[in-house]
Amino acid sequence: MPVHGEIWTIKELFVYPNENIVWSIQIVLYPYLTGLVAGAFVLSSLSHVFGKEELKPVTPFALVFSLALLLAAPLPLLFHLQQPQRNIHVLFTPHFTSAIAAFGVVFSVYAAIVASEVWFTYRQHIVESALSLRKAEGLPARLKGLLYRVLTLGSYDVSEKALKLDERVATVLAGVGIPVACFLHGYVGFIFGSVKANALWMTPLMPVIFIMSAVVSGIALCLFTYIVIMEIRVIFKRPSPWGPERGHPSAMPQRETDIQIIRIIAKYLVFFMILALSLELLDLVFHSYTAKKPYEILQTIIFDRFAFNIFGLQYGLGMALPFLLLLLPSLSIRRAFVASILILFGVFMMRWNVVIGGQAFSLTFSGYMNYQLPIIPHDLDTFKEGLAGFLLLLLLPFGLLWLFSRFLPLFPKKEKLSPLG
Amino acid sequence: MMNWSRRHFLKNSAKALAAAAVPAAAYELLTPEILAAVRKGKGPRWAWVIDATKCVGCGMCVQACKRENEIPWETTASRTWVERYVVTTDGRVLIDSPNAARDGYTKNNPMGEQVPAEQIAKGFFVPKVCNHCENPPCVQVCPVGASHVTDEGVVLVDRSWCIGCGYCLQACPFGTRFFHPVHKTAEKCTFCYHRITKGMNPACVDACAFGVRKWGDIRDPNSEVSRIVRTERVTVLKEEYGTKPHAFYIGLDRIVR
Repeated sequence: MPVHGEIWTIKELFVYPNENIVWSIQIVLYPYLTGLVAGAFVLSSLSHVFGKEELKPVTPFALVFSLALLLAAPLPLLFHLQQPQRNIHVLFTPHFTSAIAAFGVVFSVYAAIVASEVWFTYRQHIVESALSLRKAEGLPARLKGLLYRVLTLGSYDVSEKALKLDERVATVLAGVGIPVACFLHGYVGFIFGSVKANALWMTPLMPVIFIMSAVVSGIALCLFTYIVIMEIRVIFKRPSPWGPERGHPSAMPQRETDIQIIRIIAKYLVFFMILALSLELLDLVFHSYTAKKPYEILQTIIFDRFAFNIFGLQYGLGMALPFLLLLLPSLSIRRAFVASILILFGVFMMRWNVVIGGQAFSLTFSGYMNYQLPIIPHDLDTFKEGLAGFLLLLLLPFGLLWLFSRFLPLFPKKEKLSPLG
Repeated sequence: MMNWSRRHFLKNSAKALAAAAVPAAAYELLTPEILAAVRKGKGPRWAWVIDATKCVGCGMCVQACKRENEIPWETTASRTWVERYVVTTDGRVLIDSPNAARDGYTKNNPMGEQVPAEQIAKGFFVPKVCNHCENPPCVQVCPVGASHVTDEGVVLVDRSWCIGCGYCLQACPFGTRFFHPVHKTAEKCTFCYHRITKGMNPACVDACAFGVRKWGDIRDPNSEVSRIVRTERVTVLKEEYGTKPHAFYIGLDRIVR
């Protein structure tokens, strides 16, 4: 009768009998998703808080995406719990010496901030839609009208004064949200960085490393999705499904991707990539320079068993190559697109190398554990913590984004989309 | 608005000060440290003494533990286990603990390798249990408080409250925890809490024919464990993690993991 984790763990040399890889693919995905949440939110806040007007066109989109990711982010944790039905204990009986116990507080606060910012950002649209659909006929339209009316929360005031206030509140929320977003992701880094039993994880740099790579991945995801959404309309030659101008001749497909915006986002991306890389390398250098007791086995993980993962995939393919692609002159949409995919892959590999790499060696420092991802599920465990469960939760935020986009225009006021063109 | 005279001000300030001082004083009376100190002086604090020099690797302790605590027989994990260490004459170190040593070590095959007797420089067995640390990281990281420490220093898990996140499994430097294959909650050595609270020995202690495992109250100066820890050369595993383990070993070698 196998214990949890034994199915996908292959032990080598001397490993304690109770040791297995208990934090598997879903725990790789969890920091990945929360990172994307934080990154998308930081991108959405840049225009509000730091007055980066040039990023304004992507602000609502990044914000709604952050909300979609936020709702999906706790699910990997839920999938990984051995007693998922007891998840609520974390919220109701938090044991505050545990980093995970902070989850309830941080997550709820952050969710409240993102949800209210979305509401304030879209209030005008919600009220206008509610009013225009008031006398609508047909069940779908009436349901949509009802939903909008509920979303107004009873506030129909769209006077100039009220809208100004909305914007001010949204700005404040964006400002408060940045530290909370960083805290949300920093605490995820803390979960790993504070495990003193794990030589690879334990470093005070971990929360900062996580925040930086979070911002990198979040911005890359927004870039990726922005290009996909903008280009897909041209490719499929259909009218814009967003905004009230549906069916209007001016909504006929035309190339709308704004290369200027892509170039600006790329600049931020490069900046945060440099920060993330420096911190990660600092951590690596420190491990080797101080060469404490566990270093002998860490060395075999970093420079041998995970060398291809770390230096080939994470840093080579996921960092150096996109770095070049973004920095070479006259950045094109296609190049930015490829770079964003590579960066997303690179950050995912970073999570993989931390979570799986950290469990690839035994607490005995005399043995190894190899992880074999269950591909074809044959029971609940291998579904939840296998490829199927992973893909399901990885794609869920995109589904939610699509769902939200039915009600909230991701790129409102198109005339503002191309401030330079 | 009220017109405040100096007298008023002084009078109210004094009242406010007094009001603030009362709860502060009450709080000071009841700091956790003081409570713990009051508690500490009284009941027992259980600890292990494990004389590794006496262990022959028969695995009876593991069998007794599995039966007593209903850990499925075929499960490779175990609340207690015995490790075999073999150092060859050319300096190689071979360590293993197949099936947590449930079936005992009956063949000369460390890590599945046949080592001729003349090539063995030294060899010994080391039984392992939960160290019931004074500063247990597994309890620190439990997000719901399912892992807890009793007044006697025993680290336990509440099976009805554990959410199965596995954080404690990551936090324990000794690898003593695993998920129970049936209950799906964090599982560990309980010092046979159900037995010791009834005045019995832990199952593994009773099963050991060689007197390897001793347990008792470290606070009681007359107990055997207390005497050994005070008067003999003992050590603990992985002291560098600062967990203050309460399994004291006699006869450990530096190669012990």
